[in-house]
Amino acid sequence: MQQQERELQGSVTSQWIKKNFQYIPPAFITLILLVGQLTFGILDSYVNLVVAIATSILAEMILARFVLGTTKNLASAYITGISVGILIRSNVIWPYFVTALLSIMSKYVLRYKGRHLWNPSNFGVSWMLALSTMSVAGLSTQWGSNFAALSVIWILGLIIVNRAKRLHVTVTYVTSFIILAYVRCLITGDAFLAELSPLTGPMYQLFIFFMITDPPTSVSTKKGRIIVVILVAIVEFILRLNHSIYAPFYALCLVGPIAKFIDLKMTAPKEQPHSVGVLATK
Amino acid sequence: MPKKTAQVITAVIFVALLAVTFIASRNNRGTTAGSAAYTVEKEAALKKYGFYLEPVNEETGIHFRHICPDVDPKVSNIKMQIASLGASAAVCDFDNDGWNDIYFTNSQTGSMNALYRNLGNGKFEDVAAKVGVADVNIKSTGVSMGAVWGDYDNDGFKDLLLYKWGKAELFKNNGGKEFERVTEESGLPGWANINSAIWFDVNNDGLLDIFLGGYFKEIFHLDSLNTTKIMPESFKYANNGGRNFLLKNIGNGRFKDVTEQYGLTTTKWTLAAAAADFNGDNFPELYVANDYSVDEFYVNKNGEAFEETGSQAGIGRIPKSGMNASFGDINNDGNPGIYTTNITEKGILIQGNNYWQPKNGDMQAPSFVNLAQLSGIENAGWSYGAQFGDLNNDGFMDLYVANGFISARENTSYWYDYSKVTGGNSNIIGDAKNWPDMEGKSQSGYEQDKIWLNNSDAIFEDVSGRVCPPATYDGRSVAMADLWNRGVLDIIVANQNNIPVIYKNTAANNNHWVAFDLQGTASNADAVGAKVQVEWDDKKQVQIVTGGMGFSSQNQHRLHFGLGESNKIDQVTIYWPSGRIDKIQSPAIDKLHIVKESQQ
Repeated sequence: MQQQERELQGSVTSQWIKKNFQYIPPAFITLILLVGQLTFGILDSYVNLVVAIATSILAEMILARFVLGTTKNLASAYITGISVGILIRSNVIWPYFVTALLSIMSKYVLRYKGRHLWNPSNFGVSWMLALSTMSVAGLSTQWGSNFAALSVIWILGLIIVNRAKRLHVTVTYVTSFIILAYVRCLITGDAFLAELSPLTGPMYQLFIFFMITDPPTSVSTKKGRIIVVILVAIVEFILRLNHSIYAPFYALCLVGPIAKFIDLKMTAPKEQPHSVGVLATK
Repeated sequence: MPKKTAQVITAVIFVALLAVTFIASRNNRGTTAGSAAYTVEKEAALKKYGFYLEPVNEETGIHFRHICPDVDPKVSNIKMQIASLGASAAVCDFDNDGWNDIYFTNSQTGSMNALYRNLGNGKFEDVAAKVGVADVNIKSTGVSMGAVWGDYDNDGFKDLLLYKWGKAELFKNNGGKEFERVTEESGLPGWANINSAIWFDVNNDGLLDIFLGGYFKEIFHLDSLNTTKIMPESFKYANNGGRNFLLKNIGNGRFKDVTEQYGLTTTKWTLAAAAADFNGDNFPELYVANDYSVDEFYVNKNGEAFEETGSQAGIGRIPKSGMNASFGDINNDGNPGIYTTNITEKGILIQGNNYWQPKNGDMQAPSFVNLAQLSGIENAGWSYGAQFGDLNNDGFMDLYVANGFISARENTSYWYDYSKVTGGNSNIIGDAKNWPDMEGKSQSGYEQDKIWLNNSDAIFEDVSGRVCPPATYDGRSVAMADLWNRGVLDIIVANQNNIPVIYKNTAANNNHWVAFDLQGTASNADAVGAKVQVEWDDKKQVQIVTGGMGFSSQNQHRLHFGLGESNKIDQVTIYWPSGRIDKIQSPAIDKLHIVKESQQ
């Protein structure tokens, strides 16, 4: 009897999680932000974050209504906004507004067969960082050395990407990064830990749990996703050898859309209704 | 709205946003410290800005050259990172002949420090060896990082505190003729890696006390290490730097370590400090600028303890790379703010410098607002020392900021390598052996020093390179002084691993000035902590006598006020640390006034 009750409860919980899974990634990225903010005060200003999130959500609401003629779950826009708020560093407010706006707009402009090609925040952040201005820099420093906080983020992140059936993407990327970091250290003569070091920073936590796992901009097959993420790691490797600080963003920005385009060309019907993936778009 | 129309409008806005951001980014590429193409014409500068700064090293006979400190071969991969400190300049009229002299520190073992005595005829003579303050960089006591002058025994002659990666040294000034090393009996601490020091009277007992700011941990001898784990544990949240020291002057040339008693126990990576009374109780508050962390603001509790209120005060919330602390009343409201420098490297690290303007309100708990962006003095480069001073005597304090970290091979950059380790975990960043070899690369090198002209009420114009020839050394320490007693502020910049630059200021305008040299009686003899408020032509400017401020630097002791074209001062009020207040009605202009604290 008790076992039946436990099974029933487990089933109910499982169904609840399945039904509401779209809210888990936003909750997780909020948790990352809270851990960073409460332990180290990572945000220079709450205003910047609010501007980024508000811009993303408003842009999503307006563009979905007028461009697609529909309404959309705003979890994706929220993640885009929060990602921009964390990944962009500026002493002025306008980059948060512009980056968030560019990110969301890219979903509605850069499309093929009814699907967007770029991960939104990856597009916006990459564009702003590539301009190399006096107003914008990227998040390139660590959030301190709190291993407990880091462990919580990694464990939860892995559980969530596993649930979203994207664990193979994260694991493949991390494995590729480590192998290629070793190759880089052989080439550059720098310490292996120096090459591995970026992986321990917050920029990569957002990258591997939110950007490269983004279902709407991933290709359709598991094998394809593994190949694509290896290609991302290889392009990043080449960019790093050329001293590109924001190599992972640029690599995904270059490889991701091409892969998605080929995938859509090969597999997708001519036009599909716009959809939001399980892990939502960032 | 039809979907098609919405799609077209969205696409147009999207493309426009891309175009605008692209064009804007190209347009502001020239505003960074390192890339501006400057044209300098003296006559044009004089006509437009009313002053011109001319390098006069040769004419003055100042041939000093700084040499960076040695570091252990175990950390040779980042030698230039570690050995990037030590060039400093401190101004003082050490022999009381009425002419400002300059002391430069050197940092290689065996190198000589220099004391350039102002001969009054435009020439300077290095008398350091003759008076006993040259040969101070020796293996057993370490190498110089900076120096500050202060009359600790109130005998009317300023003594020399030399701080080191090693043992800090105290030299007593015997009548301006010679210096006597009194370190051993003074009670100064043993080995520590000190990169900032100031004199201030923490309890207003009339005796100058000492603050020493530690950078690397005191257990390390950087030229002979037994570990490579010497680096900060974090780029933004490091607490594994050297300890600070508060040394209370207990008279008879002795100092007592009261650091713990006064609550200055943090171990951040301190690079600068400055002290002034911000809450009107006459006791000086202490501002501590920290690298790899937040800055700290210590409120003085009746001279008996300090309370750190940086977060509540607004200055300790965002961790940056604090490298300077200097005071300036940029909007003539009688409330000097604090300028702190950090790092700005376009597209990579945009920290921005801060100008902390005191807010009106709770006097017991001072708080500040950052006006650097509004004033246009935020982004300079990899900044170190900065000083305010009215360079064209128009009545508004201008700003000079020394820039540049490591100028090695041209057109190379260590920033990518740097970003790898600074983004990593403490076990990685904290160990020098993990840092990629610099291989002679530059990092924020060849940056132009910034000169900002205050056009009125704290609105600054960047005139870098337009009022002097380009200066792209690795600037560290900035000091301002009237070196030729002409009523204008000249500038001395000490550059790392290079020559200093002595800028002679040529003013070509009808502006007036006044200067005050204060002598305490009930207060400490140097009047450190005194405030002078000059009121003229509906303006009110306050300056503070300090025992060192900026980065490893000390301005002239006298306070210099530009008056614009006004030929009359309404009133001057002097607030002495003792609590006494002296007022001078309509003092003569274009004159240095030597003012002794009144016997009330």
